[in-house]
Amino acid sequence: MTPPYTKKLLKHFKNPKFVKDVKNPDGIGEVGNVACGDIMHLEIKVKDNKIEDIGFKTFGCAAAIASSDVVCEIAKGKTLEQAKKITKDDIIKKLGGMPPIKVHCSVLGIQALKKAIKDYEGGKKGNC
Amino acid sequence: MKQIYLDNAATTKVDEQVIKAMLPYFDEKFGNASSVHLVGQDSKNALEKSRKIIAKSIGAKTREIIFTSGGTESNNLALKGLFFSNYPNKNHIITTKVEHDCVLNTCKWLETQSAEVTYLDVDEEGFVSLEQLKNSITDKTIVVSVIHGNNEIGTIQDLEAIGKICRERNVLFHTDVCQSFTKVPINVQKDNLDLVTLNSHKIHGPKGVGVLYIREGIKITPLSHGGGHERNLRSGTENISGIVGFAKSVEISNTLKGTRTKDIERMTKLRDKLIKSILEIQDTKLNGSNGEKRLCNNINVSFSNVEGEAIGGYLENSGIYTSTGSACASHSLETSHVLKAIGLSPVQSNSSLRISISKFTTDEEVDYVLEKLKKIIIKLRRISPLVR
Ligand code: FES
Repeated sequence: MTPPYTKKLLKHFKNPKFVKDVKNPDGIGEVGNVACGDIMHLEIKVKDNKIEDIGFKTFGCAAAIASSDVVCEIAKGKTLEQAKKITKDDIIKKLGGMPPIKVHCSVLGIQALKKAIKDYEGGKKGNC
Repeated sequence: MKQIYLDNAATTKVDEQVIKAMLPYFDEKFGNASSVHLVGQDSKNALEKSRKIIAKSIGAKTREIIFTSGGTESNNLALKGLFFSNYPNKNHIITTKVEHDCVLNTCKWLETQSAEVTYLDVDEEGFVSLEQLKNSITDKTIVVSVIHGNNEIGTIQDLEAIGKICRERNVLFHTDVCQSFTKVPINVQKDNLDLVTLNSHKIHGPKGVGVLYIREGIKITPLSHGGGHERNLRSGTENISGIVGFAKSVEISNTLKGTRTKDIERMTKLRDKLIKSILEIQDTKLNGSNGEKRLCNNINVSFSNVEGEAIGGYLENSGIYTSTGSACASHSLETSHVLKAIGLSPVQSNSSLRISISKFTTDEEVDYVLEKLKKIIIKLRRISPLVR
């Protein structure tokens, strides 16, 4: 049923730590997967230019759920500038690799994060 | 961990009795059925005995049975073989939107060879419309090809009614019965079948063996040329051990009596228990036929707001093996064409789970699956952004 996933990926899939609604989020990013039609929703709380809290909800495959979880794990505590520099390769590396057909699921995680940051920055500056 | 295999529409475990029947044909009776000597004749006898068993199970004559390498080859041989023996006088093929990929892709390829193909719609339970079928037949139509029991949603088409229309309008009727064979009685006379695709590995026989039944008198062009095996329609040394195994699996399933066997009754009960209990979970929808006309081993359900590959992944984590029509689990990242044809939205297709049981599935296994599944759906709905 599942493609050859790594142990690390399966761990994040089975027990994702960041599934939650962030209280009064400062930025929300929701993106859809053009490849397969799935949806990722990510929320951040920003304090002193740092991502203080982060949570996700995902309608998608095991790789998408694991990617969402890992993107949250990496981004938490980072400055917005650092968070913007996270790439899909960082996610894939943290998951110990990913089947090629599933790489788009990790891209989704990055897109959701960037969108949430943009949402925050847009809101802060008062333009959108 | 306990392993519970519920993907029997993909393939089945080979029955022990089948393995036992096959074994002598690897080292003791390994002859080539075309050889005239004694070793060869042993194989020839086994081949013809097997042919007889399979012919009888569908009410056919022995010489109408052609052994192939499986369902895919039989479907290819039927459609390409008919097309090339009729073209250019006739070039039209009618099939449906819910066929197995090997029929659809054969038809698509034939379109590049000047074939005209009509893909019939189905209703929301997956049944073809007999009216649309009637209206689609032209004087260029060679064959109507309709899958009997659907591999994804379990819907069983009315062969007799379709066969009657084909006979009246003087076009050939081919059906792929890979999923329904030995589960639903099939009779080439009563159902007016002209060509039938059968295979072994869905009925606890070995992989790599199938049959194409071709009604006597129908001309088809062979795809493989060589030593003239199988009445010149399928050259290549026969896979005797596989063929013996196939025949044994048919024999065990007891279709020869033409009655619903104990295994089928038991599977039907387990199927209905699974369907009933799963539909008790909130926001679920049964895909495929609601009534009697459903394969006794097929369950296909969409669980709103959760993705099928993720459900399967969690089930696998509990040792349970299933399948899904979700785009995420397909090699092409496309949702199932069958679910699309019965009107499911991409999100609904992505939320589907197929459970296909077998005669080996037990009550305890079903209880265990239901218990796990309920928890998994709760967990995944917690993860889902679509649940608000
Ligand atoms: S979310 Fe669809 S393939 Fe990963």
